[in-house]
Amino acid sequence: MLQAAGIGLGHYLTVGAILFTLGVLGIFLNRKNIIVILMSVELILLSVNVNFVAFSAELNDLAGQVFALLILTVAAAEAAIGLAILVIFYRNRGTIAVQDVNQLKG
Amino acid sequence: MTLALFFFYVFSIIAVASALMVIASRNPVHSVLFLILTFVNAAGLFMLAGAEFLALILIVVYVGAVAVLFLFVTMMLDVDFASLRQGMLQYAPVGVVVGVILLLELLLVGGSYVMAPQVTASSVVPINTAIDNTHALGQVIYTRYVFLFQGAGAVLLVAMVGAIVLTLQHRVNVRRQSIAHQTQRTRAEATELVKVKSGQGI
Repeated sequence: MLQAAGIGLGHYLTVGAILFTLGVLGIFLNRKNIIVILMSVELILLSVNVNFVAFSAELNDLAGQVFALLILTVAAAEAAIGLAILVIFYRNRGTIAVQDVNQLKG
Repeated sequence: MTLALFFFYVFSIIAVASALMVIASRNPVHSVLFLILTFVNAAGLFMLAGAEFLALILIVVYVGAVAVLFLFVTMMLDVDFASLRQGMLQYAPVGVVVGVILLLELLLVGGSYVMAPQVTASSVVPINTAIDNTHALGQVIYTRYVFLFQGAGAVLLVAMVGAIVLTLQHRVNVRRQSIAHQTQRTRAEATELVKVKSGQGI
């Protein structure tokens, strides 16, 4: 299906690699802002989904899309829990700076 | 260049550029909006690959729920985001080094893989082009992958309960209506009969 349109698997893998790298770079750049870190994690999961869908189309196999659906579910749950933790942390401390989060332990 | 290839480049360039803006923009609200743009364009990429159901789910679930949740939280928390950006350039060199190495390695893998012939020959669930994508996914999700599907539902349920438990706060000073308590009151505890002598008051 992809070959007929002139789009190769390498095209999709390149986009996935760039999105993954941007996600990792976002974690490095915004070390203090946990909201942007969560968004970077979403970008990383999105790039994984791009790869799954590309391989699914390339190998003519629907299992990749099922797996991408499950990743989508886990990513949504992770975002909900992460933001809930963020909200209660902000309520307790009045800040969301990541370097203060070490007081959560125990 | 075919029309599909043209749209592939349009979607992927916009997706990558907006992903860059997600991590580089000053205002987190702008970051969330660029995240939405990234998701919409990734949905276009999914659509080009023939995964129509996933593309629409990505828009409904991600743009409709997750990104709006991010937007809510970003706007709700009254945080000085400018102070959170201090020292950003301090981490930029190591981040760029790690990112470039990571990107080169990923592109090296993407450019030099060899697909084993038995992998391409044996699909687990071959895509049937006679039926549409949603139909085909529904046929395997509820049969072959039913336990994974139920597990995903359980994950969502646990996440929902967890998020509610985490953020629910019981306010002590709020007066609430207790209907059972109200209807259990008897006349003896609710009223008091006072004999008032005439002309004196209570």
